[in-house]
Amino acid sequence: MTAPGSTPGVPLAAGSAVGGPAAAAPSTTDSAVLGPAARVPSIEFEAVSFAYPDGTRALSEVSLRIEPGESVAIVGQNGSGKSTLVRHLNGLLRPTVGRVLLDGRDVRPIHVARLSGLVGLAFQDPDRQLFAGRVAAEVEFGPRNLRIRGRELAERVRAALEEVGLAADAGTNPYDLGYSRRKLLALASILAMRTPVLILDEPTTGQDARGVARVREAVARASGEGRTVIAISHDMRFVAESFRRVVVMRQGRVVLDGAPDGVFGGAAWAELRAANLEPPLPAVAGARLGLGSTPTDAALVAALKRGAG
Amino acid sequence: MVVNAASYSYAGAAQPSLRGLSLELAPGRVVGVVGPNESGKSTLCLVVAGRAPGVIGGRLEGSVRIDGVETASMRPHELAQRCGLLFQNAATQLSNTTATVFEEVAFGPCNLGLPVAEVVARAWQALRAVGIESLASRDPARISGGQGQLVALASVMALRPSYLVLDEPTSELDPAGTRLVAGVLSRIARETRAGVLIVEHKTDVLAQIADEIVVLERGAVALSGPATAVLGDPRLAKLGVEPPAPVRLERAVRTSGLEWSAALAEAIE
Repeated sequence: MTAPGSTPGVPLAAGSAVGGPAAAAPSTTDSAVLGPAARVPSIEFEAVSFAYPDGTRALSEVSLRIEPGESVAIVGQNGSGKSTLVRHLNGLLRPTVGRVLLDGRDVRPIHVARLSGLVGLAFQDPDRQLFAGRVAAEVEFGPRNLRIRGRELAERVRAALEEVGLAADAGTNPYDLGYSRRKLLALASILAMRTPVLILDEPTTGQDARGVARVREAVARASGEGRTVIAISHDMRFVAESFRRVVVMRQGRVVLDGAPDGVFGGAAWAELRAANLEPPLPAVAGARLGLGSTPTDAALVAALKRGAG
Repeated sequence: MVVNAASYSYAGAAQPSLRGLSLELAPGRVVGVVGPNESGKSTLCLVVAGRAPGVIGGRLEGSVRIDGVETASMRPHELAQRCGLLFQNAATQLSNTTATVFEEVAFGPCNLGLPVAEVVARAWQALRAVGIESLASRDPARISGGQGQLVALASVMALRPSYLVLDEPTSELDPAGTRLVAGVLSRIARETRAGVLIVEHKTDVLAQIADEIVVLERGAVALSGPATAVLGDPRLAKLGVEPPAPVRLERAVRTSGLEWSAALAEAIE
């Protein structure tokens, strides 16, 4: 994979306006040509409220700032507004009230096609995303729309399929894959776009242990490259082990926001439970044994060792 | 429900998806099915619920009988009352023909030609059971993924089938929703004597409600037996199945060279 500075496919020159007049098309050959031009934007929700046309209020005055390169898990009860929130980042939804800013600029006037080069969103339901007749064609679609062609395109498709373990299925019809692999394919098709911001809506749903491990590796790799990764998940183990920041939502509002240590620590449990969530088991064990906040197996084992030593 | 040496191939598939699989589900019992991706779990659901090959084609060898009757010979309305099936992707389950969640849940019982009062009673009871009465007047197309999954489950329950086959019923639910559904399934089995076959990656849920566990690998049974024994079996992880959190945690502690103390065991109770 490429280093953060050379992340290709980002139609953003340093300092150029997001959505400015016809930004230069990304390189179609060597990604390194782009050099330091690629940039990961900061994200800011400024008192964002959103109501669906039927009147359902999904977000209430959400204010949230995400710095470039952060890894953030969004958790919360069903219907708390998690998916609604992230759909504001790629222009699928626009706030009823408030503003969404990328690098300080309001995204409202920016066309969805333009945002898609910046923000990749893998849907919760892969069947709402997949449409091509072959796995490889599905993965090609995103980068093609970013005007990636030729060897660069082939390389991106190969790498993305490799990353999710579908390299041997390039010629398969996506609907001949089971649900879990269709979900991984939906992930691959977003990974291939190599967007500076990567959003995954319930990426571990339906995955076996190996599938979850692949998702975790994809998250770690994107984070390691300096990209911003945001995931919605109900899988508290995945959240505690793979993300540095956890945002808890309840009824369209952000009610907790912090590192896993804090959000899964004893002091926050009442708020967590009010949001239909539960702390991971090692956190419960650690608190009961007076070992402090131990949101992961590794943290619990380390705390036990300190205690024994 | 008795599955006897079932082998099933999808239409046009070079390889069978199930290979000589046998299992039994007695009334009032909960059988959990686990296994890696593409090991045949969803195919098993379609086959035991009589939808494959009945609705989607393909080729089945061996037999599936519900209360002694071959599912292949049952008509759709009979099958719907004998064996309810919840699809893995709840969105594909919803009829897309109804304007409210209530109508969606009433859709199945309506199609059985039940009296209106009975249809209404069943719909409310199913909505209440999964805790979504408050969604009754909402548009099914405008609810969240997890809420959609609860609506799909309520729709299946409203048919009151003697067997329930559920393909990952909690995959999109928050932890409280997951606990609620687990409790509901366990109660249905106990109180109505329905047999429940549940595919579930969340082995913590199975530890809580399953009597037996069947582990699939490449379309065949790799391991099966009482839930506690199978979920604690060291071979589980090698089969690509995540053990329940308490089992995993105990292993992590022991592997690190520490002792698994009584205090620790108590702390995770």
